[in-house]
Amino acid sequence: MLKIKDLHTHIEQFHILQGVNLEVPEGSVTVVLGRNGAGKTTTIRSVMGFYPNVKGDILFQDQSILQQPPYTIAKHGIGYVPEDQDIFAGLTVEENMRVAMRKEDDKTRERQEWLLDLFPDLKLAWKRKGGHLSGGQKQMLSIARALVNDTPLLLVDEPSKGLAPIMVEKVMEAMNVIRETTTILLVEQNFIMASQLGDYFYMIDDGQTVFEGEMKLLQEDEGLRKKYLGIA
Amino acid sequence: MELHLTLVFNGLATGMLIFLLAAGLSLIFGLMSVLNFAHGALFMFGAYMGTWVYILIGGWDSNLGNLNFFIGMAAAAGIGIVLGYLVERFTVRQVYGNHLRQILITTGVMLVVGELVKVFWGPNVIRVVQPEFLTGYFAVGDVRLTYYRVFIIIFSTVILALLLFMLKKSKLGIVVRAGVENSEMIQALGINVRKVFTLVFIFGTMLACIGGFMWGPYQGQVNPAMGLDLMLIAFIVVAIGGLGSVAGSAIAAVLVGLSEAYMAYYFPPGSLAVNMLIMAAVLLIRPTGLFGATR
Repeated sequence: MLKIKDLHTHIEQFHILQGVNLEVPEGSVTVVLGRNGAGKTTTIRSVMGFYPNVKGDILFQDQSILQQPPYTIAKHGIGYVPEDQDIFAGLTVEENMRVAMRKEDDKTRERQEWLLDLFPDLKLAWKRKGGHLSGGQKQMLSIARALVNDTPLLLVDEPSKGLAPIMVEKVMEAMNVIRETTTILLVEQNFIMASQLGDYFYMIDDGQTVFEGEMKLLQEDEGLRKKYLGIA
Repeated sequence: MELHLTLVFNGLATGMLIFLLAAGLSLIFGLMSVLNFAHGALFMFGAYMGTWVYILIGGWDSNLGNLNFFIGMAAAAGIGIVLGYLVERFTVRQVYGNHLRQILITTGVMLVVGELVKVFWGPNVIRVVQPEFLTGYFAVGDVRLTYYRVFIIIFSTVILALLLFMLKKSKLGIVVRAGVENSEMIQALGINVRKVFTLVFIFGTMLACIGGFMWGPYQGQVNPAMGLDLMLIAFIVVAIGGLGSVAGSAIAAVLVGLSEAYMAYYFPPGSLAVNMLIMAAVLLIRPTGLFGATR
């Protein structure tokens, strides 16, 4: 569904990504792993078109989306859940959902209902402002907002970051439901979450893809985990 | 007591006119992060264009009766739409994200618009009379309320209410509020924020031009310096109210209007200094202004 070919991203004078290659098969959860500063977030943000100075190619459903503006990329059906959720703090939960709706038709409302069943906390906080939500609720809202339109591919950047363990579990449960209908590219530092959700993984180090394979390979190879993630 | 009621009434009228100038500036600043130094000049151009049409079709003694005032206002709004589009499309759009270039290019626009006004209408003051149906006053107790000031307060309050309603309830309004907070995320949701920028710029300029037109009969004249004079006040209002906050702009504008009215009576040379002090005090307590969002 998504192919990244020899991706190079420059941010100001820095050459951050120096050859990332990655493929996300339809119906899978593909996880991008790596140490802090390896280039995981830059990869996902490059896919979303946030950086003007990008070389290589990014194909979504066999069409190049390189150099397209973020709003066009989103309209192709790519949802984005940023690292810090980026909830609109001054807008209510309802308004956060509404602002994301590209069409306010029956299908979109049905999808919204489905998402509210998936995240009942949001229903309870429906009229509350985004800035007054807990970290977990913000994460749920960020995911729900990205999925309220027809979204074949979801890019999720560190959904477990800063969340209490109970909230991480809730988010994981939800992701397990979402994966049934949506292909996911997940950036995650939490190896437990990554290994439980992921079908495939890509290891990024110093802005390059250095290893890839099925997730069970990484689960079984302690040396590999130690070498690239610093965990046993 | 009558004195204070009169000063409050005058301050409200002045404040609500300043609000028309500052609301657009605040939205442009808050949503687009554009330092638009040309906003005051556009306000002045709107004043001249509206006044020119208003006078051209006969002023208050025209056969059109009171309609010419509203035709003048429509002309000011119309030129606001055209100028807003042209300035955003051909100058501001080229310098998004670069404050230094924004200051330079909008200062350039300010100078060009200022010179254009002198070319078309000359460098001298043009006298403007109030429309007949808004001349005179009525008394509440010992306080005289002039019709034109009452009209300004009602008209601007209606604009404020419409603006707040639109921002609160319409999809475009929600997009604008969200964009003021985080324009990058808005794009990631599939919204072309540039189009929203253009609309907001046009709308802000239109409001300024309407405000400019109404300022003429209020002061009894229009002159080429009026934009620059009010620009500083508008920036103070935006800083006090908080970037991107229409309600904040309205409250700050009234605050500044009241201070102008009182200082004009008690100590006219200290007017700007007091406004600056109010701004400094607010920013010391709330660095993002009264209603500005923390980013």
